[in-house]
Amino acid sequence: MNFKTITTAVALVGASIALAACQGTAGYEPNPYDSMDGGIWSGYKTASVETQAMQNDDFENPAMPWVDAAAELYDKADGEANVSCADCHGAPDDETGGLKHIPMKGVGASYPAFDPETNKPINIEMRINQCRTKYQKAKAYKYESDEMLGMTGLVAMQSRGMERVSTADFPDDKLNAFWKKGEEFYYQRRGQLDLACSNCHEDNPGNMIRAERLSQGQSNGFPTYRLKWQKPGSLHRRFRGCNKNIRAQPYGYGSDEYMNLETYLAWRGRGLPIEAVSVRK
Amino acid sequence: MKHAKLMTAAFGLALAGTIATGAQAAELVNYKIVDETIPQSLTGKPGDAAKGKKIVIHRKKGNCLACHVMPIPEQQFHGLTGTDLNGVGSRLDEATLRMRLVDPKVINDGTMMPSFYKTGQHRVLKKFIGKTILNAQEVEDIVAYLMTLK
Ligand code: HEC
Ligand code: HEC
Repeated sequence: MNFKTITTAVALVGASIALAACQGTAGYEPNPYDSMDGGIWSGYKTASVETQAMQNDDFENPAMPWVDAAAELYDKADGEANVSCADCHGAPDDETGGLKHIPMKGVGASYPAFDPETNKPINIEMRINQCRTKYQKAKAYKYESDEMLGMTGLVAMQSRGMERVSTADFPDDKLNAFWKKGEEFYYQRRGQLDLACSNCHEDNPGNMIRAERLSQGQSNGFPTYRLKWQKPGSLHRRFRGCNKNIRAQPYGYGSDEYMNLETYLAWRGRGLPIEAVSVRK
Repeated sequence: MKHAKLMTAAFGLALAGTIATGAQAAELVNYKIVDETIPQSLTGKPGDAAKGKKIVIHRKKGNCLACHVMPIPEQQFHGLTGTDLNGVGSRLDEATLRMRLVDPKVINDGTMMPSFYKTGQHRVLKKFIGKTILNAQEVEDIVAYLMTLK
């Protein structure tokens, strides 16, 4: 006899009893999402109407001051090389990609990419810093600095509405080994509460965990303006938060572990439209 | 299966001894698992149901409401990822409830429910290394409270 099957059945029965017994209980909110579709969806769906409205309108989006400040930096010559981002790439929305023919459009939809210099995945933040140190010969931005968050937002925004692509699951994809490690991380229980990402975001999307409605934990909105943070934050900040909430020791910003996880999450979210800069609770 | 679990409990003990540096590590009491239950009280003392109710609500202790609906209407927002605990005291006996709290993975190794009286999980935040979420008496208090949910 398979015990798991029994307990799952019990849990299911329990859940329907809960539904029957608790209609009208204050604060009790059933999951309206699990039956809507089994496919992938963005955390936008479980955000409140007010939060969605902020994201829908750039004049209301509280992340825009960071992006505007970054747009100025984008045009400003900097570093020993005294060049700006625009000198090489053209305007952020220049689809021909300026002098070097490398447009910002599409970056947010396809990163993390494989970086032949380090033989590792590279995300937008790390690419920005590579351009700063290598081409501008300027100082790298700190990972979670206002400049970096704004610049990442500016770059990612150029892919708004584009579908996330990833072929990292193909055995001959250069990211494949990193994708695999990311997948292991995603399913590994950790922390004093002994939970894996999958326990919350794969097994329970749409469900309430106390007052929070769980989403699938997708990365298509990052960087994200969180009302709780009162500023935009990176995906790695979110990873650290989700780790600390279950009393697990977080990894560092830009660490290999989080880069693998980011590579894996991008794959999980393939097909989702890029939303940067999203707004969440 | 049960042997393995006993060994894990012992391993947890060993870890608590070696890693926890000074900062009052929880001394895990020995308990015996019989048919996926723990028949004996962890402390030898009866639990206090009123205290148990406070602990299940407390967000840094049981925080059971994160996942369970319970007959505590004065608290807003009950989570839905776990079973409704209304009437659980009639469905399950004390020994099973104790097992559920101490280490529910013995009953269902795929469960989302944390083990409230166990150490040795992967990558525990430094300040919690070697510590259990609840102490033995708190487990007993919750068991006593759950038994009142008839
Ligand atoms: C105990 C439950 C829990 C665990 C475990 C957990 N998270 Fe989360 N996560 C949340 C909650 C709650 C939120 C905020 C609401 C939402 O979007 O789900 C969140 C949000 C997120 C978001 C933001 C989604 C968006 O649309 O803005 C990402 C990304 C994320 N989690 C990734 C992860 C990853 C990766 C892991 C594992 C390292 C993980 N989470 C583990 C509870 C959890
Ligand atoms: C992170 C989620 C989570 C937390 C926190 C949690 N549980 Fe659970 N619990 C579950 C799930 C899911 C089940 C369903 C059975 C299974 O998974 O094996 C369950 C099952 C139970 C059961 C068995 C119910 C039955 O009818 O079989 C009891 C009793 C229980 N939990 C008590 C508690 C108590 C008391 C606390 C707090 C000290 C708690 N749980 C905290 C997720 C949780």
